[in-house]
Amino acid sequence: MFSIDGLQEILYTIKHNKLRTGLTAFGVFWGIFMLILLQGAGKGLLNGVSSRFANDVQDSLWIFPRRTSMPYMGYNANRNIVFTESDMDAIRRQIPIVRHLSSENTTGSFGSSIVVAYGSRTANASVFGVSDQYFDIKSLIEIRHGRPLNRLDQLQGRKIGFIGTRVAEQLLPPGQDPIGQRISINGISIVVGGVFWDKGQQGRMSERIYLPLSTFKNIFGGGDRLGLLTLRPTADSDPYTLADQTAQLLRQRHHIAPEDKRAIWVINIAEQLRETKALFAAIEGFIWFVGFGTLTAGIVGVSNIMLITVRERTREIGVRKALGAGPGAIIGPLLLESVLVTGFAGYFGLVVGVGLIELVAYLFQSLGLRNDLFVNPEVDFRIAITALAVLMSSGLLAGLAPALKAARISPVEAMRADAQ
Amino acid sequence: MIKLEAIHKYYGTAAQRLHVLKGIDLHIEPGEMVAIMGSSGSGKSTLLNIIGLLDGFDRGQYQLDGKRIHRLRESDAARLRNRCIGFVFQSFNLLPFKNALENVALPLFYQNVGRRQRNARAQQYLEMVGLGNRGTSMPNQLSGGQKQRVAIARALVTQPKVLLADEPTGALDSVTTGEIMALFRQVHQQGNTLVIVTHEADVAARCQRRIVLQDGLIASPALEHTQM
Repeated sequence: MFSIDGLQEILYTIKHNKLRTGLTAFGVFWGIFMLILLQGAGKGLLNGVSSRFANDVQDSLWIFPRRTSMPYMGYNANRNIVFTESDMDAIRRQIPIVRHLSSENTTGSFGSSIVVAYGSRTANASVFGVSDQYFDIKSLIEIRHGRPLNRLDQLQGRKIGFIGTRVAEQLLPPGQDPIGQRISINGISIVVGGVFWDKGQQGRMSERIYLPLSTFKNIFGGGDRLGLLTLRPTADSDPYTLADQTAQLLRQRHHIAPEDKRAIWVINIAEQLRETKALFAAIEGFIWFVGFGTLTAGIVGVSNIMLITVRERTREIGVRKALGAGPGAIIGPLLLESVLVTGFAGYFGLVVGVGLIELVAYLFQSLGLRNDLFVNPEVDFRIAITALAVLMSSGLLAGLAPALKAARISPVEAMRADAQ
Repeated sequence: MIKLEAIHKYYGTAAQRLHVLKGIDLHIEPGEMVAIMGSSGSGKSTLLNIIGLLDGFDRGQYQLDGKRIHRLRESDAARLRNRCIGFVFQSFNLLPFKNALENVALPLFYQNVGRRQRNARAQQYLEMVGLGNRGTSMPNQLSGGQKQRVAIARALVTQPKVLLADEPTGALDSVTTGEIMALFRQVHQQGNTLVIVTHEADVAARCQRRIVLQDGLIASPALEHTQM
């Protein structure tokens, strides 16, 4: 019965019930529109949250020395903890599950920037001195030009820098090949060895310059001190065990009370990621829940209207049956009508929803609006298609009960119902 | 053509049953034109519905065109109705949103006849009932008599074995009634079998044979067979 003629029959009925069909269609339109909109907004939120993560490898640990909060073994509380090269040696010697170990020093307080120069051009950058293996731990940053720092740079104390894209853009004229250019940091000339992009902190991690630790110390001093330690576990181990063992060792070496949780701060990327993923899943589940709720309301609307349609057309259906329409010929067009209405309205909602989200994304970008918590609202194409498939099958489902009801109509009763 | 033996029909629940047909025996030969008469509630419409496969019966035997009819599946009943039976109703029952031609062509749609052939045959039957030029008129643009002519064309378009009419002139004035009866006679003369339910004596008088129902039984065989 799904012939051209069948389609014409349906178009007839739709055309003769414009308002009703329109209202029904609007319910479905609204359902899918809201679902898509929620998806887009949710995606924006997720993008916002996930862009806070740097290009840190998922099993990396970042250990910061802080200040003791309780007296221990004759030492006072409020004692500053300072990590040194000997801590690194001790970790290397005593903890076998360390795969990579490195350190990081910064100028001034963490992340504060200084002015660097290239000829007459200047830029603000945070300068970091890092030990060997640092880029084995921060291995996910994108190398745009050249190469990261290597072991020989460290051993020979080369005056070479690995600079972020934000620094390179400000410092170097457009089109200039950055490799081999000499930039000035605190009056010391540094050769650019490579350029990287790090999406961490919405790209602010690309406002950095990394130098070999020895070179950094030649420029900024700092003696034996290390700003932080960073580690990765071996493949057959895990970051949680490594975090426990390292923290325990460092507490012991620095005479920190075992119960003093504030003297050493361990950032475990794996744990943060796990927490964030749980949050993501919760948000996503909520969005689907609300979206499906709205959609269900639309579907129930369709079913309801189809029931009314069947009731109104009882007599017509009776006549059709008397003229020889079998159950299939009655059910088919009603189902098709339901699917067509939901399908078209849903598709329209999909298009308008996606359009609106794209518009918002465009406005965000062109007006330069930036919000840490809301970045690039977008709709996953797969989600949209899934939603549409769900919609079509629900249309089928919505039409099923009314259509079966119509098939059960007795022609005798139908034609007796009310004289025209 | 139609062979009913001891047909019983009940309505209602087991507790409160209404015995509508109490054993109907009726034979209608091919090419007959039969009137079924009776007061309202005598069961004449029920009988017509059973003959037309719109309704089932509880006991008895029914043979339509040599085929035994017994507890048909809905889809089989629909196919038989479509191919063997043409219906004409008191209230015409044209689909209001289809024009005359489309109404006549509708039964052919359920036979999956192609559009062009459907419309050609529908036009042929519209011409037969004298409405060849009104094919594009909508039902609400037609008079009662014209509507019934369209309905008759629709009933005949599948070339059914039996034409069943339930009070076909009940909603028409006497002049139009005469015209419609003349059309029925013409259809009859072409060799069709007709069964007409009516309570109008003059309509019944124009049929070959009259059957009077009374309280669910055929009342007066004596009234049968008056020559026309």
